[in-house]
Amino acid sequence: MREKVRIASGQGFWGDMLDAPVRQVEGGPIDYLMLDYLAEVTMSIMQKQRARDPQAGYARDFVPLMREILPACVEKNIRVTANAGGVNPTGCAEAVREVARELGLAGRLSLGTVAGDDIMHRLDDFLARGIELRNMDTGEPLSNVRERIQSANVYLGAWPIVEALRKGAQVVITGRATDTGLTLAPLINEFGWGEMDWDRLSAGTIAGHIIECGAQSSGGNCQFDWQNIPDLAGVGYPIVEAQPDGSFVVTKHEGTGGRVSVQTVKEQLVYEMGDPHEYITPDCVADFTTIQLEDAGTDRVRVHGIKGRPATEFLKVSISYTAGFKAVGTLVYSWPDAYQKAEAADKILRARLARLGLQFEQVLTEYVGANALHGPLAGKPSPDLPEVQLRVGVRGPDRKAVERFTKEIAPLILTGPPGVTGFAGGRPKVEEIVAYWPALIPKSEIEPRVEVTKV
Amino acid sequence: MKTGGDKNMRIQLVKLAHARSGDKGDTANVGLIALRDEYFPLLVREVTAMRVREHFKGICKGEVERFELPNLSALNFLLHESLGGGGTLSLMTDAQGKTFSTALLRMEINVPDEQARALGLS
Repeated sequence: MREKVRIASGQGFWGDMLDAPVRQVEGGPIDYLMLDYLAEVTMSIMQKQRARDPQAGYARDFVPLMREILPACVEKNIRVTANAGGVNPTGCAEAVREVARELGLAGRLSLGTVAGDDIMHRLDDFLARGIELRNMDTGEPLSNVRERIQSANVYLGAWPIVEALRKGAQVVITGRATDTGLTLAPLINEFGWGEMDWDRLSAGTIAGHIIECGAQSSGGNCQFDWQNIPDLAGVGYPIVEAQPDGSFVVTKHEGTGGRVSVQTVKEQLVYEMGDPHEYITPDCVADFTTIQLEDAGTDRVRVHGIKGRPATEFLKVSISYTAGFKAVGTLVYSWPDAYQKAEAADKILRARLARLGLQFEQVLTEYVGANALHGPLAGKPSPDLPEVQLRVGVRGPDRKAVERFTKEIAPLILTGPPGVTGFAGGRPKVEEIVAYWPALIPKSEIEPRVEVTKV
Repeated sequence: MKTGGDKNMRIQLVKLAHARSGDKGDTANVGLIALRDEYFPLLVREVTAMRVREHFKGICKGEVERFELPNLSALNFLLHESLGGGGTLSLMTDAQGKTFSTALLRMEINVPDEQARALGLS
């Protein structure tokens, strides 16, 4: 058993810095590279892509990334865990397999896939058997939106990834796996932690939480002393150096920018937190109130003392469904009286929408530069504001009404208050809304599928 | 820092804490972290769920829950019904509640003069 395992975070979301994983592989020693690609509604985008093309439906960026780093990963024996597979892990693995062969790596590595998270084709069976998949936030039954569902995926945890690693996969490509499972699985694999070793499983889960948003724990988006965080242009992504007892150090490669300190780690720990006593994953229930942090030198924070409890009998399901249309239009008004002009323009626009008889579920007006973010807390807008952006959004079930709205923004330039500009981008785009429906399902209903094959 | 009455100082949270916020559906979470561990009891005493709800009046339309993390000298707040439906449904610029953190740091709390002096705040 290794004394220490280094897991590097290379991607905090689909769209994160493209070269971050490359710099993690080349910038110093690591044992594993974890890449998180999936946000809550990403699966529905991928489902649409696969409907058009059966080969598609995964994070396409992952394939050129593998072309760039796979030779170094094989040479240095760096193993990769990534939920890049989206709704088509097999298709993603095939694309990577092709790249590996082109690179002359045939016979030198195995690829693993984890599937079984897609339950789209089983929904009617579940509903018929009384598994209601009620919305966790609102309590509504799924039957309310059944006809509009675009995708349905269970969040799988660490154990199927562990199985793929144990079967020798150098690269494990999953569908909807939890972000934290991508970090926890390598630790279970290396240290042989047991399925009921709740404290250590929780420690590995919290390690995963700390690095799953990429540089957000190593100086990015950090409020504490942000002015003095060095070289964010060359920000180093976080690395966990874990030990068999579940304690670990958060750090980053030497010579990189950013900062790892008790404060940067604390800010990431509280990010998207619910009840800190129970951070529920498929693998355990971690208790954030047991975490102990210690400054362990420059850009090193030691984390220990973590306790956890048994996992629940349920898995979380991420369901996406279409929920109407929206569009957002903007115009910019200048001094003097910028705010008053923007307010007047909004009144005119709303009167015109009413005259056209357009119906929306919601019309929202914001004044960017005055109070769009902090609302009434921002105080009364100063009469001397140099400029204000009027930002009006509408949402509704009727695409035509939303489209008509987008044609009412530009006319305000010549038919409304003066000192206005900022319409270079043309008419706002109408966007179909794909909304998120979280639900729970008994674990016994789900059978993950793990495959590992040589390239 | 202003003085508020004879025996209290009014201190804005930005002088006492840093924060990060995020979203889960239509709920915003704000983690409030004491800049120094010694400030934490002050936050526990003054930054109650009820006061946070009052502070976010007109923004947060649901309940506010508070959780304590003394190990991190931090408090976590859940502000329900705050994000215009949340996720892709929301029309807000800040649909993910990313700037609720700094909105909370605008809050002012009462600190007795003597305690403020002891903590080096006056």
